[in-house]
Amino acid sequence: MSLLAIEDLTLSIGPTPILKSIDLSIAPGEVMGLVGESGSGKSMTALTLMKLLPDGARVDGRALFDGVDILAAPEAAMCRLRGREIGMVFQEPMTALNPVKTIGEQVAEGIRWHTGANRPDAEARARLMLERVGLPEQKFPLTRYPHELSGGQRQRVVIAIACALKPKLLIADEPTTALDVVLQKQILTLLRGLVEENGMSMLLISHDLAVVAEMADRLTIVRHGTVMETGETSRILSEQAHPFTRQLAEASTHVPARARGLEPSPVSEPLLEVRDLTRNYSLRRSRVFGRETMFRAVNGVSFSLAAGQKTALVGRSGCGKSTLARMILALDPPSSGSIRFQGEEICGVSEEALRPLRREMQVVFQDPYGSFDPRHRAERLVAEPLHLLNQRPDARRRRDLVAEVLEQVGLSPADMDKYPHEFSGGQRQRLAIARAIITRPKLIIADEPVSALDVSIRAQILDLLADLSDSLGVAYLFITHDLTVARAITDTTMVMHEGEIVETGPTEVVLGNPKSDAAKALVAAAPNLKMSLEKAVARATRD
Amino acid sequence: MIPYLLHRLASAVATLLLASLVVFAVLEILPGDPARLMLGLNASPEAIETLRTQMGLDQPVVVRYLEWLYGMVTGDFGRSLTYSSPVIDLVEERLAVSLPLALMALTLSTIIAIPVGVFAAARRGRPADTVAMGLAQFGVAIPNFWFALLLVYVFAVGFRLVPAGGFPGWGETWSSHGQAFQALVLPAVSLALPQAAILARVTRSAVVEVMGEDFIRTARAKGLPQRIVLWRHALRNALIPVLTIMGLQFAFLLAGTIIIENVFYLPGLGRLIFQAISQRDLIVVQGVVMLLVASVILINLMVDICYAVVDPRLRDGR
Repeated sequence: MSLLAIEDLTLSIGPTPILKSIDLSIAPGEVMGLVGESGSGKSMTALTLMKLLPDGARVDGRALFDGVDILAAPEAAMCRLRGREIGMVFQEPMTALNPVKTIGEQVAEGIRWHTGANRPDAEARARLMLERVGLPEQKFPLTRYPHELSGGQRQRVVIAIACALKPKLLIADEPTTALDVVLQKQILTLLRGLVEENGMSMLLISHDLAVVAEMADRLTIVRHGTVMETGETSRILSEQAHPFTRQLAEASTHVPARARGLEPSPVSEPLLEVRDLTRNYSLRRSRVFGRETMFRAVNGVSFSLAAGQKTALVGRSGCGKSTLARMILALDPPSSGSIRFQGEEICGVSEEALRPLRREMQVVFQDPYGSFDPRHRAERLVAEPLHLLNQRPDARRRRDLVAEVLEQVGLSPADMDKYPHEFSGGQRQRLAIARAIITRPKLIIADEPVSALDVSIRAQILDLLADLSDSLGVAYLFITHDLTVARAITDTTMVMHEGEIVETGPTEVVLGNPKSDAAKALVAAAPNLKMSLEKAVARATRD
Repeated sequence: MIPYLLHRLASAVATLLLASLVVFAVLEILPGDPARLMLGLNASPEAIETLRTQMGLDQPVVVRYLEWLYGMVTGDFGRSLTYSSPVIDLVEERLAVSLPLALMALTLSTIIAIPVGVFAAARRGRPADTVAMGLAQFGVAIPNFWFALLLVYVFAVGFRLVPAGGFPGWGETWSSHGQAFQALVLPAVSLALPQAAILARVTRSAVVEVMGEDFIRTARAKGLPQRIVLWRHALRNALIPVLTIMGLQFAFLLAGTIIIENVFYLPGLGRLIFQAISQRDLIVVQGVVMLLVASVILINLMVDICYAVVDPRLRDGR
């Protein structure tokens, strides 16, 4: 007898079909992994179970949860179900909590609503729950506000809300996609612990096969709103019978094939040389006339980069990677130290003097949605850096240049008249890369360029970046928390921890045999499909 | 929270000083010698000179500014040339009408606007929303003096519930308080209508925006019904733009009500300014303008404090 049985579930929003005849069942105490690319309907399946679909959604089929027909249940019945019988954890912890209410209020609210407990009792239970998810009283009193917590801590609060009443089913929709690998591991361990000790079932949704493989008893693989394959995790992963499953598995561990680049000649002057770079931020003062406390985001960092070299800068979120990148891009002034690019100092130089350097140094950001003005056409967006050239090209030459780079990044020249919203996430990241290479720079700084993308699209973008490095001979500084990305594309890896570079070396060596604790933690936490498969097989044979 | 408040307070005082400098400077530059104005066209130069010395007009500009500023701080706004009485008394008399009127209108518009805005937001795109927002559009579009005349026709002339105009003064007894209050009811309603219409639209769009946020989905996933989520989670987050508009409206209601004051024959602040300007009574203009600037700054300070009460993130701002 299954806890949840979805049969022939069809969903359309307006005229767009989202789900086509989904079948899915979860037994009590079972962890079901739901895997697919973005847009495949995973999140909509979850929202259908909660009946929190957007306006204009039309649902058909059957969804039986613990004897209740969810699709036919009236709103009042669903309110009793949500939070009490079905808990839900969301992808984006930064926005999932109400900014004007304390974490105590937010955890206690559901408890009070469902059990009718008075405020002190509900708060006592909330206190216990927060302890359980790893937010102890001394450091995280109930009176804390969400903005005083980091992303990982906020996700723990969201988990506390979802599990406060020990629901029978926990839905976790990409619960770790927005977090770094070490936090991902911690959150997944926490979720597994909660599920096991309360005998809950879990629907774990992710685009990354490696993330769910380690957790799930069974897997359901979806694509374009249809179930491709379903079954035991060990069987699905070892057989990889379905071509799409194979594709997902490959994407998850993808390494671009690339021509071994020429070893940079050691005598040549380095392209980029950073020495003793430090950046302080002043924190808020505790008292009005108290001394300002300083937070040292980057602390005495020195390294150099040769022309054409591909270097990864890896570290956990908040370790100072992005601050370092912003200083190299001359977007943020260092507190002390020096940055020399092509032999020229860039700290404290006027914007006018920076112009020729900016041409040689371009950037690709993480968020392909936020980094384009939605009201400009692709041509204008991609051509933006051309104003850095001494001789601006005329309109025709400009179109030619844009067409050329669009082809280089795998888009069509015809795309230049489209607006950003007409492109998918992966295509937008291609657009961002096109914008970065149009001035033929010597260095591209890529800040988490594939973290916001699905594994399968991630693989394509990594291929593209590898190709471009070979054909253009450009150097990369690749900022990431994801080691598979570092492994895929770079020769050298620097590990950053609490503002300092703690380990540097050839990528294979650093990732294969890490020396520093920070590097070891990153390597240990990285999702690994092969190891997950071994564990799943071991679990299956043990049972 | 304390550093935030001190910071706001310091910037309020700085703004006030800057504004006083501007007000003083403008009246310095404007043509017209107060002494000559007071004594009329036929006065002898000697008499004018004597009066100038008496009024301190022969002092250097800096000294006069500081004396004027000191007077402002101690409540001495100078003497009106046309009314022959201290400006502070004139202002006090008028404020006794304008301040209660502004408060009544603001309260009324808030009581109407916020529920209507939230109601419309909750039923976004449905007929109730369309009707509510259509009415709000109507409320913005009606000239308020016309609406005032309509109110007078119905409630004062037709039902004879309230007086059609005039202000009897607050008096000493409860019944005279009541009469004064009655005299302000129709003006307050006619001032509140367009304000409520604007505020309702602002509230609606702010709530609609907040309802699309992720944390609303989290609250719904806890099992809270839509209605409770709306009031407990959405409204407080939507309050920032609403408070901003309310602050602007209150400042307008204090002095920008001259048309309504004229319709109802009310001796309010708006009329005082209007008369002072038309009679070139610069001392009164200077005093009242300064007072209004001060009250706008004070209102903004209160709005800033409300922001911090509503949104904990702002309390830590530097």
